[in-house]
Amino acid sequence: MSAEEKIISSEILSVEGIEVIYDESILGVSDISLKVLKGEIVAILGANGAGKSTTMKAISGIAVTERARVSKGDIKFKGNSVLNIAPHKLAHKNIVHVLEGRRVFEHLTVEENLKSGTFLHRPTRAQMNSEIDQIYHWFPRLKDKRKTLAGLTSGGEQQMLAIGRALLTKPELVLLDEPSMGLAPILMQEIFSIISQLNKENDVSFLVAEQNIHLSLRHAHRAYLIESGKVALSGTAKELSAREDLHQIYLGVEEVL
Amino acid sequence: MTLFLEALIGGLLAGTMYSLVAIGFVLIFKASGVFNYAQGAMLLFSALTLVSLNEFGFPFWAALVMTIIITVIGAILIERIVLRPLANRNVMTLFMATLGLAYVIEGMAQGIMGAEIRGFDVGIEDLPIFWGDILISQFDLVAAAVAITMVAILALFFNKTRIGISLRAVADDTAAAQTLGININRIWQIVWAVAALTGLVAGMAWGARQGISFTLSLVVLKALPVLIIGGFTSIGGAIVAGLIVGASEALAETYIGVHIGGGIVTWVAYFVAIGFLFYRPSGLFGDIEIERV
Repeated sequence: MSAEEKIISSEILSVEGIEVIYDESILGVSDISLKVLKGEIVAILGANGAGKSTTMKAISGIAVTERARVSKGDIKFKGNSVLNIAPHKLAHKNIVHVLEGRRVFEHLTVEENLKSGTFLHRPTRAQMNSEIDQIYHWFPRLKDKRKTLAGLTSGGEQQMLAIGRALLTKPELVLLDEPSMGLAPILMQEIFSIISQLNKENDVSFLVAEQNIHLSLRHAHRAYLIESGKVALSGTAKELSAREDLHQIYLGVEEVL
Repeated sequence: MTLFLEALIGGLLAGTMYSLVAIGFVLIFKASGVFNYAQGAMLLFSALTLVSLNEFGFPFWAALVMTIIITVIGAILIERIVLRPLANRNVMTLFMATLGLAYVIEGMAQGIMGAEIRGFDVGIEDLPIFWGDILISQFDLVAAAVAITMVAILALFFNKTRIGISLRAVADDTAAAQTLGININRIWQIVWAVAALTGLVAGMAWGARQGISFTLSLVVLKALPVLIIGGFTSIGGAIVAGLIVGASEALAETYIGVHIGGGIVTWVAYFVAIGFLFYRPSGLFGDIEIERV
Protein backbone atom coordinates (compact mmCIF):
# COMPACT_ATOMS: atom_id res chain seq x y z
CA MET A 1 0.00 0.00 0.00
CA SER A 2 1.55 3.31 -1.01
CA ALA A 3 1.25 6.38 1.12
CA GLU A 4 -1.41 8.02 -1.05
CA GLU A 5 -3.63 4.98 -1.16
CA LYS A 6 -3.94 4.81 2.58
CA ILE A 7 -7.54 5.35 3.47
CA ILE A 8 -7.90 8.59 5.31
CA SER A 9 -10.99 9.46 7.21
CA SER A 10 -11.39 12.17 9.75
CA GLU A 11 -9.58 15.39 10.39
CA ILE A 12 -7.61 15.39 13.62
CA LEU A 13 -5.78 18.73 13.51
CA SER A 14 -6.72 21.88 11.69
CA VAL A 15 -4.59 25.03 11.85
CA GLU A 16 -6.56 27.91 10.41
CA GLY A 17 -4.64 30.98 9.31
CA ILE A 18 -2.64 31.55 12.47
CA GLU A 19 -0.40 34.50 13.14
CA VAL A 20 2.00 34.17 16.10
CA ILE A 21 3.62 37.16 17.78
CA TYR A 22 6.53 36.98 20.24
CA ASP A 23 6.84 39.56 23.00
CA GLU A 24 3.98 41.57 21.48
CA SER A 25 6.31 42.81 18.77
CA ILE A 26 8.14 40.10 16.83
CA LEU A 27 6.23 38.26 14.14
CA GLY A 28 6.85 34.49 14.40
CA VAL A 29 4.59 33.29 11.60
CA SER A 30 2.10 35.41 9.65
CA ASP A 31 -0.34 33.05 7.96
CA ILE A 32 -0.18 29.30 8.43
CA SER A 33 -2.99 26.90 7.60
CA LEU A 34 -2.61 23.16 7.59
CA LYS A 35 -4.48 19.97 8.32
CA VAL A 36 -3.56 16.57 9.64
CA LEU A 37 -5.99 13.73 9.06
CA LYS A 38 -6.27 10.71 11.28
CA GLY A 39 -3.50 8.21 10.59
CA GLU A 40 -1.44 10.61 8.47
CA ILE A 41 2.20 11.59 8.58
CA VAL A 42 2.39 15.22 7.52
CA ALA A 43 5.67 17.05 7.05
CA ILE A 44 6.28 20.76 7.56
CA LEU A 45 9.31 21.61 5.47
CA GLY A 46 11.26 24.80 5.48
CA ALA A 47 14.62 26.41 6.08
CA ASN A 48 15.90 27.57 9.44
CA GLY A 49 13.74 30.41 10.72
CA ALA A 50 10.88 29.75 8.29
CA GLY A 51 8.47 29.24 11.18
CA LYS A 52 8.28 25.47 11.58
CA SER A 53 9.02 25.39 15.29
CA THR A 54 6.82 28.39 16.00
CA THR A 55 3.90 26.64 14.30
CA MET A 56 4.50 23.50 16.35
CA LYS A 57 4.78 25.47 19.59
CA ALA A 58 1.59 27.36 18.81
CA ILE A 59 -0.22 24.04 18.44
CA SER A 60 1.16 22.50 21.64
CA GLY A 61 0.78 25.66 23.73
CA ILE A 62 4.50 25.86 24.52
CA ALA A 63 4.58 29.17 22.62
CA VAL A 64 2.75 30.80 25.53
CA THR A 65 5.52 29.85 27.96
CA GLU A 66 7.94 31.65 25.63
CA ARG A 67 5.92 34.86 25.78
CA ALA A 68 4.33 34.31 22.39
CA ARG A 69 0.65 34.27 21.49
CA VAL A 70 -1.55 33.34 18.59
CA SER A 71 -2.94 36.71 17.51
CA LYS A 72 -5.04 35.61 14.54
CA GLY A 73 -6.66 32.43 13.38
CA ASP A 74 -7.56 29.28 15.28
CA ILE A 75 -6.20 25.82 16.03
CA LYS A 76 -8.65 22.95 16.29
CA PHE A 77 -8.00 19.45 17.55
CA LYS A 78 -10.77 17.01 16.67
CA GLY A 79 -13.06 19.92 15.95
CA ASN A 80 -12.52 21.87 19.19
CA SER A 81 -10.37 24.94 19.58
CA VAL A 82 -7.24 24.30 21.63
CA LEU A 83 -6.01 27.89 21.67
CA ASN A 84 -4.86 29.14 25.08
CA ILE A 85 -4.93 25.71 26.70
CA ALA A 86 -1.97 25.07 29.01
CA PRO A 87 0.55 22.65 27.46
CA HIS A 88 0.21 20.05 30.22
CA LYS A 89 -3.55 19.94 29.62
CA LEU A 90 -3.01 19.38 25.90
CA ALA A 91 -0.99 16.30 26.78
CA HIS A 92 -4.10 15.02 28.53
CA LYS A 93 -6.02 15.61 25.30
CA ASN A 94 -3.56 13.25 23.56
CA ILE A 95 -1.36 15.76 21.75
CA VAL A 96 2.32 15.39 22.55
CA HIS A 97 5.14 17.62 21.38
CA VAL A 98 8.70 16.34 20.96
CA LEU A 99 10.61 19.60 21.13
CA GLU A 100 13.47 20.54 18.84
CA GLY A 101 16.88 19.50 20.14
CA ARG A 102 15.65 16.29 21.83
CA ARG A 103 15.36 17.80 25.30
CA VAL A 104 15.66 14.62 27.36
CA PHE A 105 15.89 15.01 31.14
CA GLU A 106 19.67 14.83 31.34
CA HIS A 107 20.01 14.05 35.02
CA LEU A 108 17.41 11.30 34.96
CA THR A 109 18.20 7.79 33.81
CA VAL A 110 16.84 6.55 30.49
CA GLU A 111 14.23 4.52 32.34
CA GLU A 112 13.21 7.43 34.58
CA ASN A 113 12.76 9.54 31.45
CA LEU A 114 10.41 6.91 30.07
CA LYS A 115 8.55 6.65 33.37
CA SER A 116 7.92 10.39 33.31
CA GLY A 117 5.99 9.90 30.07
CA THR A 118 3.59 7.41 31.65
CA PHE A 119 2.58 9.47 34.68
CA LEU A 120 -0.27 11.37 33.07
CA HIS A 121 -2.56 8.39 32.72
CA ARG A 122 -1.66 7.08 36.17
CA PRO A 123 -0.77 3.47 35.35
CA THR A 124 -0.24 0.80 37.97
CA ARG A 125 3.34 -0.31 38.43
CA ALA A 126 2.76 -3.42 36.32
CA GLN A 127 1.11 -1.42 33.54
CA MET A 128 3.95 1.08 33.61
CA ASN A 129 6.54 -1.65 33.23
CA SER A 130 4.75 -3.34 30.37
CA GLU A 131 4.30 0.00 28.56
CA ILE A 132 7.98 0.75 28.97
CA ASP A 133 8.84 -2.75 27.71
CA GLN A 134 6.84 -1.92 24.59
CA ILE A 135 9.09 1.10 24.01
CA TYR A 136 12.17 -1.09 24.52
CA HIS A 137 10.71 -3.36 21.87
CA TRP A 138 10.59 -0.42 19.42
CA PHE A 139 13.97 0.96 20.50
CA PRO A 140 16.11 -1.96 21.74
CA ARG A 141 19.12 0.31 22.25
CA LEU A 142 17.31 2.11 25.02
CA LYS A 143 17.00 -1.10 26.99
CA ASP A 144 20.77 -1.51 27.07
CA LYS A 145 21.08 2.01 28.45
CA ARG A 146 18.18 1.93 30.87
CA LYS A 147 20.29 2.76 33.91
CA THR A 148 22.44 5.37 32.15
CA LEU A 149 21.86 9.08 32.73
CA ALA A 150 20.07 10.33 29.63
CA GLY A 151 22.54 13.20 29.27
CA LEU A 152 25.32 10.68 28.73
CA THR A 153 23.69 8.81 25.84
CA SER A 154 24.34 9.53 22.15
CA GLY A 155 22.35 11.94 20.01
CA GLY A 156 20.48 9.12 18.29
CA GLU A 157 19.64 7.46 21.58
CA GLN A 158 18.40 10.75 22.98
CA GLN A 159 16.14 11.23 19.98
CA MET A 160 14.76 7.73 20.39
CA LEU A 161 14.27 8.41 24.09
CA ALA A 162 12.45 11.67 23.39
CA ILE A 163 10.14 9.92 20.93
CA GLY A 164 9.65 6.87 23.16
CA ARG A 165 8.89 9.06 26.17
CA ALA A 166 6.34 11.01 24.13
CA LEU A 167 4.65 7.83 22.90
CA LEU A 168 4.13 6.69 26.49
CA THR A 169 1.64 9.52 26.94
CA LYS A 170 -0.53 7.50 24.48
CA PRO A 171 -0.94 10.29 21.96
CA GLU A 172 -3.23 10.47 18.96
CA LEU A 173 -1.09 13.22 17.46
CA VAL A 174 2.67 13.57 17.81
CA LEU A 175 4.32 16.89 16.95
CA LEU A 176 7.88 16.01 16.09
CA ASP A 177 10.28 18.90 15.66
CA GLU A 178 13.39 18.16 13.56
CA PRO A 179 13.94 14.54 14.59
CA SER A 180 16.89 14.19 12.20
CA MET A 181 18.79 17.22 13.49
CA GLY A 182 22.44 16.43 14.11
CA LEU A 183 22.07 12.72 13.42
CA ALA A 184 24.11 10.55 11.07
CA PRO A 185 22.20 9.63 7.88
CA ILE A 186 21.84 6.00 8.92
CA LEU A 187 20.23 7.05 12.20
CA MET A 188 17.91 9.50 10.44
CA GLN A 189 16.73 6.58 8.31
CA GLU A 190 16.20 4.43 11.37
CA ILE A 191 14.19 7.10 13.18
CA PHE A 192 11.96 7.73 10.16
CA SER A 193 11.38 4.03 9.57
CA ILE A 194 10.23 3.66 13.14
CA ILE A 195 7.91 6.66 12.75
CA SER A 196 6.38 5.05 9.65
CA GLN A 197 5.99 1.76 11.44
CA LEU A 198 4.38 3.33 14.51
CA ASN A 199 2.06 5.23 12.23
CA LYS A 200 0.94 2.09 10.42
CA GLU A 201 0.67 -0.25 13.36
CA ASN A 202 -0.65 2.05 16.06
CA ASP A 203 -2.52 4.57 13.93
CA VAL A 204 -0.71 7.52 15.53
CA SER A 205 -0.77 10.72 13.45
CA PHE A 206 2.47 12.65 13.05
CA LEU A 207 3.20 16.25 12.20
CA VAL A 208 6.92 16.35 11.52
CA ALA A 209 8.94 19.54 11.03
CA GLU A 210 12.05 18.89 8.98
CA GLN A 211 14.78 20.54 6.99
CA ASN A 212 15.63 17.27 5.31
CA ILE A 213 13.19 17.38 2.38
CA HIS A 214 13.95 14.09 0.67
CA LEU A 215 13.90 11.93 3.74
CA SER A 216 10.65 13.53 4.92
CA LEU A 217 8.88 13.20 1.58
CA ARG A 218 9.83 9.56 1.41
CA HIS A 219 7.98 8.83 4.66
CA ALA A 220 5.22 11.45 4.78
CA HIS A 221 1.81 11.25 3.12
CA ARG A 222 1.52 14.98 2.59
CA ALA A 223 3.70 18.03 3.18
CA TYR A 224 3.56 21.79 3.56
CA LEU A 225 6.45 23.97 2.55
CA ILE A 226 6.78 27.02 4.76
CA GLU A 227 8.64 30.13 3.77
CA SER A 228 8.96 33.31 5.88
CA GLY A 229 6.06 32.39 8.09
CA LYS A 230 3.64 31.47 5.29
CA VAL A 231 2.65 28.27 3.55
CA ALA A 232 4.33 28.52 0.15
CA LEU A 233 3.34 25.15 -1.24
CA SER A 234 1.44 22.06 -0.21
CA GLY A 235 0.49 18.73 -1.64
CA THR A 236 0.95 15.00 -1.41
CA ALA A 237 4.47 13.76 -0.94
CA LYS A 238 4.42 12.36 -4.47
CA GLU A 239 3.36 15.65 -6.06
CA LEU A 240 5.95 17.60 -4.15
CA SER A 241 8.74 15.14 -4.87
CA ALA A 242 8.02 15.54 -8.57
CA ARG A 243 8.41 19.31 -8.52
CA GLU A 244 11.78 20.50 -9.66
CA ASP A 245 11.46 23.98 -8.19
CA LEU A 246 11.07 22.59 -4.65
CA HIS A 247 14.58 23.40 -3.57
CA GLN A 248 14.40 26.91 -4.93
CA ILE A 249 11.25 27.64 -2.98
CA TYR A 250 12.70 25.94 0.05
CA LEU A 251 15.75 28.14 -0.08
CA GLY A 252 13.60 31.19 -0.63
CA VAL A 253 15.35 32.20 -3.83
CA GLU A 254 12.52 31.91 -6.34
CA GLU A 255 11.90 35.67 -6.43
CA VAL A 256 15.50 36.31 -7.27
CA LEU A 257 15.60 33.85 -10.12
CA MET B 1 45.20 13.71 68.56
CA THR B 2 42.23 13.40 70.89
CA LEU B 3 41.73 17.15 70.63
CA PHE B 4 41.84 16.94 66.84
CA LEU B 5 39.35 14.07 66.64
CA GLU B 6 37.05 15.72 69.13
CA ALA B 7 37.02 18.97 67.17
CA LEU B 8 36.58 17.10 63.88
CA ILE B 9 33.72 14.89 65.06
CA GLY B 10 31.99 17.75 66.85
CA GLY B 11 32.39 19.87 63.73
CA LEU B 12 31.03 17.21 61.39
CA LEU B 13 28.01 16.63 63.59
CA ALA B 14 27.32 20.36 63.80
CA GLY B 15 27.83 20.50 60.04
CA THR B 16 24.79 18.30 59.42
CA MET B 17 22.70 21.17 60.79
CA TYR B 18 24.15 23.49 58.16
CA SER B 19 23.36 20.89 55.51
CA LEU B 20 19.78 20.76 56.69
CA VAL B 21 19.36 24.51 56.22
CA ALA B 22 21.12 24.49 52.85
CA ILE B 23 18.95 21.69 51.45
CA GLY B 24 15.89 23.93 51.73
CA PHE B 25 17.56 26.42 49.40
CA VAL B 26 18.76 23.77 46.98
CA LEU B 27 15.27 22.28 46.54
CA ILE B 28 13.69 25.53 45.41
CA PHE B 29 16.69 26.72 43.41
CA LYS B 30 17.00 23.45 41.54
CA ALA B 31 13.34 23.23 40.61
CA SER B 32 12.62 26.84 39.74
CA GLY B 33 15.87 28.82 39.64
CA VAL B 34 14.75 31.02 42.53
CA PHE B 35 17.24 31.78 45.29
CA ASN B 36 14.78 31.88 48.15
CA TYR B 37 16.19 34.39 50.60
CA ALA B 38 13.02 33.91 52.65
CA GLN B 39 14.04 30.34 53.57
CA GLY B 40 15.45 31.64 56.87
CA ALA B 41 12.27 33.57 57.62
CA MET B 42 10.16 30.52 56.79
CA LEU B 43 12.34 28.48 59.13
CA LEU B 44 11.86 31.05 61.90
CA PHE B 45 8.14 31.24 61.26
CA SER B 46 7.56 27.50 61.51
CA ALA B 47 9.74 27.12 64.62
CA LEU B 48 7.96 30.05 66.29
CA THR B 49 4.59 28.58 65.38
CA LEU B 50 5.57 25.31 66.98
CA VAL B 51 6.71 26.80 70.32
CA SER B 52 3.78 29.20 70.42
CA LEU B 53 1.24 26.43 69.93
CA ASN B 54 3.12 24.39 72.49
CA GLU B 55 3.10 27.27 75.00
CA PHE B 56 -0.57 27.87 74.25
CA GLY B 57 -1.24 24.46 75.76
CA PHE B 58 -1.20 21.97 72.92
CA PRO B 59 0.91 18.89 73.62
CA PHE B 60 4.09 18.68 71.57
CA TRP B 61 2.89 16.17 68.96
CA ALA B 62 -0.40 17.95 68.36
CA ALA B 63 1.46 21.24 68.03
CA LEU B 64 3.86 19.61 65.59
CA VAL B 65 1.09 18.29 63.37
CA MET B 66 -0.62 21.69 63.37
CA THR B 67 2.68 23.38 62.56
CA ILE B 68 3.27 21.02 59.64
CA ILE B 69 -0.16 21.86 58.23
CA ILE B 70 0.33 25.61 58.71
CA THR B 71 3.81 25.46 57.18
CA VAL B 72 2.64 23.59 54.10
CA ILE B 73 -0.32 25.92 53.55
CA GLY B 74 1.93 28.94 54.03
CA ALA B 75 4.45 27.66 51.48
CA ILE B 76 1.76 26.92 48.91
CA LEU B 77 0.29 30.41 49.39
CA ILE B 78 3.71 32.01 48.91
CA GLU B 79 4.23 30.12 45.67
CA ARG B 80 0.75 30.96 44.42
CA ILE B 81 0.57 34.60 45.45
CA VAL B 82 4.16 35.82 45.13
CA LEU B 83 6.21 33.56 42.87
CA ARG B 84 3.79 32.33 40.23
CA PRO B 85 2.81 35.77 38.92
CA LEU B 86 6.54 36.46 38.57
CA ALA B 87 7.33 33.24 36.67
CA ASN B 88 9.63 33.77 33.65
CA ARG B 89 10.95 37.03 35.13
CA ASN B 90 14.66 37.55 35.55
CA VAL B 91 16.65 36.15 38.44
CA MET B 92 17.13 39.49 40.20
CA THR B 93 13.39 40.21 40.25
CA LEU B 94 12.72 36.85 41.83
CA PHE B 95 15.49 37.32 44.36
CA MET B 96 14.20 40.74 45.37
CA ALA B 97 10.71 39.30 45.76
CA THR B 98 11.99 36.68 48.21
CA LEU B 99 14.08 39.28 50.03
CA GLY B 100 10.95 41.36 50.56
CA LEU B 101 9.06 38.25 51.50
CA ALA B 102 11.67 37.42 54.15
CA TYR B 103 11.02 40.69 56.01
CA VAL B 104 7.26 40.42 55.66
CA ILE B 105 7.27 36.90 57.15
CA GLU B 106 9.66 37.84 59.95
CA GLY B 107 7.66 40.93 60.81
CA MET B 108 4.39 39.02 60.81
CA ALA B 109 5.81 36.16 62.83
CA GLN B 110 7.10 38.49 65.54
CA GLY B 111 4.01 40.66 65.43
CA ILE B 112 1.74 37.70 66.05
CA MET B 113 3.93 35.54 68.26
CA GLY B 114 6.26 37.97 69.99
CA ALA B 115 9.89 38.88 69.63
CA GLU B 116 11.38 37.52 72.84
CA ILE B 117 13.68 34.52 72.85
CA ARG B 118 11.81 31.30 73.51
CA GLY B 119 13.36 28.21 74.89
CA PHE B 120 12.57 25.09 72.92
CA ASP B 121 13.00 21.99 74.99
CA VAL B 122 12.88 18.81 72.95
CA GLY B 123 13.73 16.73 75.99
CA ILE B 124 17.27 15.84 75.04
CA GLU B 125 19.67 16.63 77.79
CA ASP B 126 22.90 17.88 76.42
CA LEU B 127 25.09 15.59 78.48
CA PRO B 128 28.44 14.88 76.90
CA ILE B 129 29.15 11.25 76.21
CA PHE B 130 32.50 9.58 75.77
CA TRP B 131 33.71 7.44 72.89
CA GLY B 132 36.96 6.23 74.38
CA ASP B 133 38.75 9.48 75.14
CA ILE B 134 36.65 11.54 72.81
CA LEU B 135 33.96 13.77 74.17
CA ILE B 136 30.83 14.08 72.05
CA SER B 137 27.75 16.20 72.54
CA GLN B 138 24.67 14.05 72.82
CA PHE B 139 22.58 16.83 71.35
CA ASP B 140 24.81 17.02 68.28
CA LEU B 141 24.40 13.27 67.81
CA VAL B 142 20.62 13.50 67.89
CA ALA B 143 20.60 16.51 65.54
CA ALA B 144 22.86 14.64 63.13
CA ALA B 145 20.58 11.61 63.25
CA VAL B 146 17.59 13.81 62.45
CA ALA B 147 19.45 15.41 59.56
CA ILE B 148 20.49 12.04 58.16
CA THR B 149 16.93 10.70 58.43
CA MET B 150 15.58 13.77 56.67
CA VAL B 151 18.08 13.36 53.84
CA ALA B 152 17.26 9.67 53.48
CA ILE B 153 13.54 10.47 53.25
CA LEU B 154 14.20 13.13 50.62
CA ALA B 155 16.40 10.75 48.62
CA LEU B 156 13.65 8.13 48.60
CA PHE B 157 11.07 10.73 47.68
CA PHE B 158 13.09 12.04 44.73
CA ASN B 159 14.19 8.70 43.34
CA LYS B 160 11.33 6.34 44.01
CA THR B 161 8.07 8.28 43.84
CA ARG B 162 6.31 9.58 40.73
CA ILE B 163 6.10 13.07 42.14
CA GLY B 164 9.82 12.95 42.93
CA ILE B 165 10.75 11.91 39.40
CA SER B 166 8.41 14.55 37.95
CA LEU B 167 10.08 17.09 40.19
CA ARG B 168 13.53 16.23 38.90
CA ALA B 169 12.17 16.26 35.34
CA VAL B 170 10.85 19.79 35.83
CA ALA B 171 14.20 20.83 37.29
CA ASP B 172 15.95 19.53 34.16
CA ASP B 173 13.63 20.86 31.47
CA THR B 174 10.43 22.71 32.32
CA ALA B 175 9.04 22.88 28.79
CA ALA B 176 9.68 19.22 28.01
CA ALA B 177 8.04 18.24 31.31
CA GLN B 178 4.93 20.23 30.37
CA THR B 179 4.65 18.52 27.01
CA LEU B 180 4.34 15.21 28.90
CA GLY B 181 1.41 16.48 30.93
CA ILE B 182 3.31 17.42 34.07
CA ASN B 183 1.65 20.41 35.74
CA ILE B 184 4.59 22.61 36.69
CA ASN B 185 2.57 24.88 38.95
CA ARG B 186 1.61 21.91 41.08
CA ILE B 187 5.22 20.71 41.10
CA TRP B 188 6.44 24.12 42.27
CA GLN B 189 3.90 24.14 45.08
CA ILE B 190 5.12 20.74 46.19
CA VAL B 191 8.74 21.92 46.08
CA TRP B 192 7.93 24.95 48.21
CA ALA B 193 6.07 22.78 50.68
CA VAL B 194 8.94 20.27 50.91
CA ALA B 195 11.47 23.10 51.31
CA ALA B 196 9.35 24.65 54.04
CA LEU B 197 9.13 21.32 55.88
CA THR B 198 12.89 20.92 55.62
CA GLY B 199 13.03 24.41 57.11
CA LEU B 200 10.79 23.31 59.96
CA VAL B 201 13.11 20.41 60.80
CA ALA B 202 16.14 22.70 60.58
CA GLY B 203 14.33 25.31 62.68
CA MET B 204 13.59 22.73 65.38
CA ALA B 205 17.20 21.55 65.45
CA TRP B 206 18.64 25.08 65.59
CA GLY B 207 15.91 26.30 67.91
CA ALA B 208 16.60 23.53 70.38
CA ARG B 209 20.26 24.52 70.42
CA GLN B 210 20.15 28.29 70.63
CA GLY B 211 16.56 29.15 71.49
CA ILE B 212 14.02 30.49 69.06
CA SER B 213 14.23 34.18 68.26
CA PHE B 214 14.73 36.63 65.44
CA THR B 215 18.38 35.59 65.04
CA LEU B 216 17.22 32.15 63.84
CA SER B 217 16.47 33.62 60.44
CA LEU B 218 20.14 34.54 60.16
CA VAL B 219 21.03 30.88 59.58
CA VAL B 220 20.58 31.98 55.95
CA LEU B 221 24.00 33.53 56.29
CA LYS B 222 25.38 30.19 57.44
CA ALA B 223 23.78 28.45 54.48
CA LEU B 224 25.32 30.74 51.87
CA PRO B 225 28.90 29.49 52.13
CA VAL B 226 27.57 25.93 52.26
CA LEU B 227 25.73 26.56 48.98
CA ILE B 228 28.76 28.13 47.36
CA ILE B 229 30.94 25.18 48.34
CA GLY B 230 28.43 22.46 47.51
CA GLY B 231 26.82 24.03 44.47
CA PHE B 232 23.32 25.51 44.40
CA THR B 233 21.73 22.57 42.63
CA SER B 234 22.99 19.52 44.48
CA ILE B 235 21.52 18.03 47.63
CA GLY B 236 24.57 15.79 47.93
CA GLY B 237 26.71 18.90 47.59
CA ALA B 238 24.77 20.64 50.37
CA ILE B 239 25.42 17.68 52.65
CA VAL B 240 29.14 17.41 51.96
CA ALA B 241 29.60 21.18 52.07
CA GLY B 242 27.73 21.39 55.37
CA LEU B 243 30.14 18.85 56.80
CA ILE B 244 33.14 20.75 55.38
CA VAL B 245 31.92 24.01 56.88
CA GLY B 246 31.15 22.39 60.23
CA ALA B 247 34.54 20.68 60.41
CA SER B 248 36.53 23.71 59.28
CA GLU B 249 34.77 25.91 61.82
CA ALA B 250 35.49 23.53 64.66
CA LEU B 251 39.10 22.95 63.63
CA ALA B 252 39.74 26.64 63.00
CA GLU B 253 38.26 27.52 66.39
CA THR B 254 40.41 24.91 68.11
CA TYR B 255 43.73 25.57 66.40
CA ILE B 256 43.64 29.11 65.01
CA GLY B 257 40.99 30.80 67.12
CA VAL B 258 43.05 30.50 70.29
CA HIS B 259 45.87 32.50 68.71
CA ILE B 260 43.84 35.34 67.26
CA GLY B 261 41.39 35.81 70.07
CA GLY B 262 38.40 33.77 68.91
CA GLY B 263 35.46 34.87 66.79
CA ILE B 264 36.79 32.91 63.88
CA VAL B 265 33.62 30.83 63.59
CA THR B 266 31.71 33.76 62.12
CA TRP B 267 33.91 34.12 59.07
CA VAL B 268 35.96 30.99 58.41
CA ALA B 269 33.15 29.46 56.32
CA TYR B 270 33.17 32.49 54.04
CA PHE B 271 36.93 32.28 53.82
CA VAL B 272 36.66 28.71 52.55
CA ALA B 273 33.76 29.65 50.24
CA ILE B 274 35.73 32.44 48.59
CA GLY B 275 38.53 29.95 47.96
CA PHE B 276 35.99 27.73 46.20
CA LEU B 277 34.77 30.64 44.09
CA PHE B 278 38.32 31.01 42.78
CA TYR B 279 38.93 27.38 41.97
CA ARG B 280 35.55 25.76 41.56
CA PRO B 281 32.92 28.42 40.90
CA SER B 282 30.02 26.02 40.41
CA GLY B 283 30.78 24.27 43.69
CA LEU B 284 31.75 20.69 44.42
CA PHE B 285 28.68 19.12 42.83
CA GLY B 286 27.12 22.11 41.11
CA ASP B 287 25.60 21.91 37.70
CA ILE B 288 28.39 21.61 35.27
CA GLU B 289 26.58 20.63 32.10
CA ILE B 290 26.79 16.92 31.46
CA GLU B 291 29.02 16.35 28.50
CA ARG B 292 29.59 13.14 26.67
CA VAL B 293 33.15 12.03 26.31
